[in-house]
Parts: sequence; C-alpha cells; structure tokens
Amino acid sequence: MAKYTKAGVLVLLLGLAVAMPWMTSKYNVRILTLAMAWAIATLSLNLILGYTGQASLAHGALMGIGAYSFGILAQRVGLNFWLALPLACLITAFIGLLIGLPSLRTKGPYFAIVTLCFNVIVYKVFDNWKWLSGGIQGQPVPQPVFLQQRWARYYFVLGCLVLTLIIMRFIVKSLLGVTFMSIRSNENLAEAVGINSFRNKLLSFVVSCFFVGLAGSMLALENGQLDPTITMQFNSFYILIFLLIGGAATLSGPVIGAMGLYWLLDYMKKIGIKGIEEFRYLFFGLILIVVIIYMPRGIVGGAKQFWEWAKARYNKRKTEGNTGKTEEVLE
Amino acid sequence: MTLLRVEGLTRLFGGLVAVNKVDFALDEGKILAIIGPNGAGKSTLFNLIGGTMPPSSGKIFFNGNDITGWKPYKVAREGITRTFQTTALFEELPVYVNLVIGRRMRTRSGLWDIILHTPRQKREKNETTAKVLEVLEFTGLGQYANDPAGSIPQEAQKRLAIGVALMGDPRLLLLDEPTGGVGMEETDNIIALIDRIRAKGITVCVIEHKMRMIMSLADRIVVLNFGVKIAEGEPQGVCDDPAVIEAYLGECIA
Repeated sequence: MAKYTKAGVLVLLLGLAVAMPWMTSKYNVRILTLAMAWAIATLSLNLILGYTGQASLAHGALMGIGAYSFGILAQRVGLNFWLALPLACLITAFIGLLIGLPSLRTKGPYFAIVTLCFNVIVYKVFDNWKWLSGGIQGQPVPQPVFLQQRWARYYFVLGCLVLTLIIMRFIVKSLLGVTFMSIRSNENLAEAVGINSFRNKLLSFVVSCFFVGLAGSMLALENGQLDPTITMQFNSFYILIFLLIGGAATLSGPVIGAMGLYWLLDYMKKIGIKGIEEFRYLFFGLILIVVIIYMPRGIVGGAKQFWEWAKARYNKRKTEGNTGKTEEVLE
Repeated sequence: MTLLRVEGLTRLFGGLVAVNKVDFALDEGKILAIIGPNGAGKSTLFNLIGGTMPPSSGKIFFNGNDITGWKPYKVAREGITRTFQTTALFEELPVYVNLVIGRRMRTRSGLWDIILHTPRQKREKNETTAKVLEVLEFTGLGQYANDPAGSIPQEAQKRLAIGVALMGDPRLLLLDEPTGGVGMEETDNIIALIDRIRAKGITVCVIEHKMRMIMSLADRIVVLNFGVKIAEGEPQGVCDDPAVIEAYLGECIA
C-alpha cells in the first residue's frame, strides 16, 4: 500500500515537472532549469558525503571543471554535443581521481580542509590562466540546435536529473551502496570485515565527480557563457548547504534542498526590496542554523522522523484505548 | 594442523612494550583463550594479528602464509575476522544490513554490475540474502532483523558483532571479550553461540575475563602479563600455575 502511494506521488511529481513549462513564465522555466542542475550537483555530493561520509568541499571546483570541459570541448574543439557531454563528465571524474588519490588518505575534517584547498587552487588556476578560462570575457558555450529553446533545455536537464536519480537509487540499493554506508558508519569495522575502504571511498568520489561534471555541463549549457567564478569555493558551500538542509543520505532531500533554496535565493533577489539582497545570505545562515539544530538530518530526515513519531503516537493511543490505561497511569 | 602461528611478536608504544616476544600456535578447530590482567596487551595482540597496527618485530603466520603487517581488509579476506572490545557495529543501519556488509568481501559486484544489471549482481544478492537468513538463525537475532543495530540490547549487539564476523566464512574468529558488560544469564547465550561456532569447525581465539566461561570453553589458555606470555596450557593446568595465580587470578573458580 505504502509502496503504491510512493509510486503515485512520484508519478504525480514527474507529471507536474513535465507540465511546468506550460504553466509558468519563461523566467521561472530558466530558474527551474538552473535549480535542477544544482540538484544534480547536490545529489553527487550526497553520494560521497551523505552515503560514504566524506565531506568533499571541492565539488564547486569540480562542477566548474565539468562546465569548462564541456564549454571548451563544444566551442573550441568543436566536438559534437553528444560527444562533448559525456567526455566533460569523464574529464571531471578523472580530475576527481587525481584530487581523490592524495586527499582521501586523510579522514574527517582533514579531508574537508584538503579538498577546500584544492578548490581554492583550481579557482586560482582558472582565474589566472586566461587562455584556459577566457578571463572576464569568459568562455562561450554553444547550444546545439535542438536545445536552443528554453523549454527544450528544461526537458533535457530534467531528463539528466531523473537519470541521475535512477542511477543513485541503483547504487544506494546495491551491495556497493551498502559498502559505502559501512565506511560512513564505522570505517575500522568495515576494514575488519574485509572492505578496502580507500578503494571504495575513491570509487564513490570519482562517481560523484562524474555527476558533478554533468551538473556543471548543464549550468554551462543553460547559461551559454562561463567565467572563472563557477569554480569558486562558494559553490562548494552552496552545494553543501543545499544537501544539509534538504537532508543528506536520502534521495529526495538533495533535490528538495537544492530546488527549494535556489528558488528562495532567486526570489529574495527578485522581490527587489532595497537592502534585502545583502541580507539574503544572513537569512540563509539562519535557516541553516535552525535546520542543523532542530532537524540534524535535514528537512526530509526531519519529516521522516516526525512521521515515525506521529505513527508511534497514534499506535500508542490505540493500544492504550484497548487496555483501558490512561497516560497518567503510564507515567 | 596449525592454523595460526605467532613468533616473537613485539609491539612498542614509544618506550612501553605492550606485547613482548609472544609465541603461540593455534590448531585448527580449537578454542584458544587469551587471559591476563588489564593492560596485559591482549587487545594489542589482537590488533597485531588483525592488521589494525603492524608489529614492531616478530612474525604472524596464518594457514602457512606470512601475514605480518597486512592491512586489516586483506587479513579478513584471508580468513581472519574479529569483534572489538567496545562492541563495534554499523549502528544506524538495520541488523540485516550489518550482516550484508559482513558478507561483502566474498562478493565482487561493483559499479558496472549496477549500471548493466548483470546476472552476477543478482546472484550475489540472492546468495547474500540466503547467508543473512542462515546467520540470523544461527545467532538467534531473527526478531531484531529490521531494527537499527544500535538500538537492540547489549547482549544481542554482542551476538550481532559475532554474526557480522561470521558472514565472511572465516577460518579463524578473534573475539575480544564477547561477554564484556553482559549479565550472567545472557552470558550463557553467548557461550552456547561460541560452542555452536566450534561445532561448525571454525577456530576461535577469545579474550575473556570470566573464568567460568574460559573453563567451560577453552581447549588451551595463554596467559599474558605486562605483554609477556607467562603461561600456556590446558585450562586446569594453567589455573593451578602459581605464576598465573600470583599475576592475575588469586582464585580459581573451576
């Protein structure tokens, strides 16, 4: 029964997503497209942080690398779109491998610091190597003929998001996904039962980088233009915050977090009250603090917890009614 | 046949000798107990065998292979699994998932199997499920199968830790205080479990404080004190050894 409800909700949501371009303004379609690209990035971080327990702060840089790889391959090299896109993801995964090899030797907060350093290095490189990044003029990204319509790009990114979700679900439900979770849960025990934790962490990181490369490519595609700021560490923190607020180690959390917050950020920029734009990051921080304190597992984790609590309470009431006991007696 | 042989095993922590030139051998299918006062180096000895830390000197042979200094996961794949003194589990994951993880080293399906939905992945999932059911039954944890491992009673957690170690079909099981912090009655549950493990032909090496348990289970006993082996032999003989009594026991229950 619950299974069908869940499937029904998913079909409904997908139907809504498909109908969206006809229901809303052109501007909103663009915002939704960008938000979905961020959702892919958040899902990718979810694999390495939510499921494998390694807090990567290099995902902003890797997203930028994906975006630039796609842009340069499509525009300067002149590759076909269908070749440039997977290649951009593979390049990102390869750079991820190079970053992961040394940095995954460290654990916990040290891994976060090392990856943050990599992020700063990558940004500095892109900022200074104008031949690579195009400097302030940036790197134009050509949009293929079939993706020149706004709605076409919307559907394409939606398709990528759904594909990412499906693959993530396969991973999470597989023996490999369980292996990742064992490392998050207790790395020493995982090693003691024969799991090569370094290899599995590296695999998780590289797969994660592949998808953040996809997210970067989608951003590049939608924007049609790139500049070095896409590799900045702030983007790592955005992805991290989207994930933490949405709910790590769930599949819906990253999507809800990324899309909800991206929309909120844009809304606060748009309503045009003087001064609110400066305050929006403050507001952002406030949401983060509230969620971390009251819902340490994010919005989705919190909702699940509340659901369990309500169900238990309901069941307790029912059994109490049957036995004729009141709450006072129990206390 | 000798399954495990330890020769001159030594581990230094700075100037402290935690384990000092320990030798012993363990025959297949037997239960060896390692006893000694707190700080005698028992757990360190397990950490050396299990690969958590390399020995400063000395050799460890398992099944004829030199496994000295191997990484824990390689040692485990070779056939030595263990439990930890402070019960280590994948606490937020359900009991059955804990067991699945214990089986992982005997399965090979990876990323490509997921993407391509290979028959291997399906076969391994089925095999793992069968093994999980078998171990749930064997350890008597069926009623907790879906509960988070951290939420089940202490004694059940101890049995689960043993269950996780059994999932990989080990030849040698290292149990670090399997009844630590468990009541008298529940201790019998665990003793019965270890007995069943022996009946399956799995060699067991156990660190224990409860003499009642040692006397009923162990085929041989090694006694450590300040990292040095001070006695080895049959349970009764060791119990009567004046050096052991002086170092540790003071009394002999059995």
